[in-house]
Amino acid sequence: METGKVMTMREAVASFVPDGSSVAMGCCLEPLVPFAAGHELIRQRRTALNLIGPISDSLFDQLIGAGCVARVTAAWVGNVSEGLGHNYRRAAESGQPNPLEIRDHSNFSIALALWAAAWGAPYLPTRTLLGSDILLSNPDLVAGDGLVRVGALKPDVTILHVQRADAAGRAHAWGPLGVAEEAALAAGRVILSCEELVDQEVILSDPNRVLVAETKVVAVVPEPGGGHPAPVQGYWRRDHAFMRDYATRSRTREGFLEWLQEWVLATPDRAAYLGRLDDTERLRIRQHRLSAPVDYGDE
Amino acid sequence: MSDRYTPQELMVAAAAREIADGDLVFVGMRLPILAYAVARSTHAPRARALYELGLLRDWPAEAFLGTMGDPPNVAGALWSTRLSNVMGLLAQGLADLGFLGGAEVDRFGNLNTSYIGDFRQPQVKLPGSGGGADIAILSRRWVTLLSHERRRLVDRVSYVTSPGYGDGSQGWRRRQGLPGGGPAAIVTTLAILRFPPGGGEAHLDSVHPGHSVEEVRAETGWDLQVTPGAGETPAPTREELEQIRKFDPEGFWTRPA
Repeated sequence: METGKVMTMREAVASFVPDGSSVAMGCCLEPLVPFAAGHELIRQRRTALNLIGPISDSLFDQLIGAGCVARVTAAWVGNVSEGLGHNYRRAAESGQPNPLEIRDHSNFSIALALWAAAWGAPYLPTRTLLGSDILLSNPDLVAGDGLVRVGALKPDVTILHVQRADAAGRAHAWGPLGVAEEAALAAGRVILSCEELVDQEVILSDPNRVLVAETKVVAVVPEPGGGHPAPVQGYWRRDHAFMRDYATRSRTREGFLEWLQEWVLATPDRAAYLGRLDDTERLRIRQHRLSAPVDYGDE
Repeated sequence: MSDRYTPQELMVAAAAREIADGDLVFVGMRLPILAYAVARSTHAPRARALYELGLLRDWPAEAFLGTMGDPPNVAGALWSTRLSNVMGLLAQGLADLGFLGGAEVDRFGNLNTSYIGDFRQPQVKLPGSGGGADIAILSRRWVTLLSHERRRLVDRVSYVTSPGYGDGSQGWRRRQGLPGGGPAAIVTTLAILRFPPGGGEAHLDSVHPGHSVEEVRAETGWDLQVTPGAGETPAPTREELEQIRKFDPEGFWTRPA
């Protein structure tokens, strides 16, 4: 197998995500959240990031609490099964650990902002957000003539966790895709982490399932379990108990810092992180449901 | 099985009754996931559910769902796609009913899920819209579910994340260019409030068993008017409770907070 774009998460973050980058993550909403990548951003002490995403589950909350973030451009930041994001609250309400600029979106408008960039358009018009105060708290949304013009949003880098990819950076992802395609197409570059690194023959047997043009992809990181505690269809259930534990411990700044030390700073990589979990077997999906193959026959 | 029920179980049953057979329902998180499952298993066998992350389903997932993206909600889907395709159907006016939750709702049905206080210097930062604003603006009708407390049912919200009937004046939504019909009802832990046809101010439509009009009015942050003939909300039926407990066996969503 050619090594191509294959590297470790440490190398990918060090090479392609400098301080001050705009970074799209959590693009599939609840599934396939690239938590391993987010934790490496924290370990490498990235600062002044602009996080872009619809609903990041607790990932954006963790990065905000770790002091990596200057701006959030998102529809929702919290903990999907538990509610509030306590670090998001502390940053927005009292500037802890640093002040945070918030550019509000809805899920639809952030998708449109990314599609505009993906299509090389300055903006896309829509009727969503008419009558909403979101128009007041995001300068990229301009209302007039009964429409909202959603300004293009071009991430410097989009990070996606997928089920499988090859060394050339071709990803197969399945299940609901959220805004993953437009975030990848809009981005300057794409980092993939994957449950399985596979031969290109596997990927090219079904080119319809390839998520984004390989020309956008700069790094492929084999990272089994890289989405935990988010679910990965066919591989991992969502770890609700872990999400609850995070919500409880992050209620106070001190509690969050202890959590961060335990699960991120004192944990060198994702393999070590998975080793710290009590029982990963309870989270593995065992009952597989394979789709029927499709026929690309040509003569 | 116990016939005693929690306020959340009654809310789920009441929300399920808002779903008509054949509706295309834009399902949100938490209690509406259960409401759809109950409706589909009882009076609305031809309803279908859209989930904003990119799913269409007919039968509800058999397993417990912590989020709409849990693997059991994807297996057996009718369509697994991208968010913008689902939002596109909503924008075309094809979603019959949506569900929303919120920290604050006001007398005109406007919802705040973003900021308590001035958004430039908020007292409380809430998670934000998610798809809530889109559902409020674009669905044909929608229903809000929230806990009935005076600090949550307020005269006017401090920030309108998801617009209802705006300032309550006749034709506000049409003048603003909002395509969807607006909120139909607010289902709370104490009562059901409804809006008049064409919109305006929410009125008390029914009080849940064990509660009084006086209690509901005392827990509401405006001078809540009572619809003539307002009665008692029907308790969940045994069949509804069976379905709720089938889909939420541990009471993750429906045990009292």
